[in-house]
Amino acid sequence: MYDEPILAGIPAVVDSRPGTEMLRELVTHLRQNRTPVRGEWIRRITEADWLTAMTSEEVFAEATSIYDSYVDVLETGSVEALQAYARNLSERIIPRGVETHEVVGIVLLLRDVLARSLFKKYQTDFSLLNRVLDIYEPAANRIANTVAVGFVQERERIIREQQEAIRELSTPVLPVRERLLILPIIGVIDPQRARQLTEQLLHGIRRNRAKVVVIDITGVPTIDSKVANHLVLTVEAARLLGATVIVTGLSPEIAQTLVNIGVDLSKMNTVGDLQGGIEGAERLLGYEVVPIKEANVQAATHG
Amino acid sequence: MQVPILRHGDYLIASIQSALTDSDLLALRQSLVQQVGSARARAVIVDVTALDVLDSFASRTVQDLAQMIRLRGAETIVVGVQPEVAFSMAQLGVRLEGVETRLDLEEALAYLAGKRAPGKRTREG
Repeated sequence: MYDEPILAGIPAVVDSRPGTEMLRELVTHLRQNRTPVRGEWIRRITEADWLTAMTSEEVFAEATSIYDSYVDVLETGSVEALQAYARNLSERIIPRGVETHEVVGIVLLLRDVLARSLFKKYQTDFSLLNRVLDIYEPAANRIANTVAVGFVQERERIIREQQEAIRELSTPVLPVRERLLILPIIGVIDPQRARQLTEQLLHGIRRNRAKVVVIDITGVPTIDSKVANHLVLTVEAARLLGATVIVTGLSPEIAQTLVNIGVDLSKMNTVGDLQGGIEGAERLLGYEVVPIKEANVQAATHG
Repeated sequence: MQVPILRHGDYLIASIQSALTDSDLLALRQSLVQQVGSARARAVIVDVTALDVLDSFASRTVQDLAQMIRLRGAETIVVGVQPEVAFSMAQLGVRLEGVETRLDLEEALAYLAGKRAPGKRTREG
């Protein structure tokens, strides 16, 4: 229905023929004034103390690319290229600590700087200025939106990935010997993590055909009654699967908490530290760790 | 559905293959307690691998079964409890006290064999 792609989906405020011409004029104006406008834009970015994480050459290079894709979007009305660029840019600058307000601020600055240059150009003809702005403003807002959304989405993607990584890392179930698993827990256990821990442990027992499991909680600062009870249930459940659980590294604080809140720990096997726990587990499995020298002597006397 | 009870040397093996109604469970308990005497069994292995759920009644029945079998002079080993089942049993407070639990049938047989070997009583002893 509309010739000019930039107006697609936006109600036409001017009749279409002059609109196309105006757009062409706008784009030409922005291309011709690229150097001064870009210079002004970068000056204001520096003034606002943004992008301090990047060198001025980098800022200049990125600003140039953004400026050019900005004008391209105005001309073609298609934001796809800009979207891809914004995603790529976010990927590069997020690890360097560039904040959301900086990115949004910079795009809005460009919008303002460009608008100023339009005011200057059309200052003598107010109605013409109005019509140019009718074309320019919706497009500029759309661009600002695209870049901001792209940046935030990239951030969220990174956060999601990291959460996933933390979740996976938080409860490793490690086979150390045949039929012996170790479950080192570090950090605070919240109910969700406790649930996940139980699941990992019980499935780990089945998968590895474990007979003994050592849960080491040296790295757990505190524990509340809910989590303590959950731990006891996990130990019970592991026994139902035919595995013995040894809990090691209970800190003095946790020991006091557990007794004070009256958790029934009579069924729980506890050993002071991880070393003792592994030794105990080896005994249960029928291993004996002997220094090689002694082992040789034993072998010699038997042989 | 009736649960087949197999004889394997000194042991009885009851392998539960599908969800059981309460009356099936009671029937299983009854026949196990009976056969443990008639077969002169030393141990009863109850395999629950196929069960995804074990409600409170079933859990209690297994626990009671173990007590009864102990009174009849044999030992009960429950094998193949699924991880989810194990946790919900723990939550229900079913501890299966006095019942040995093992990962699967193979483990239970290994356990029984190991138990018998060192304590083998000979006439001279």
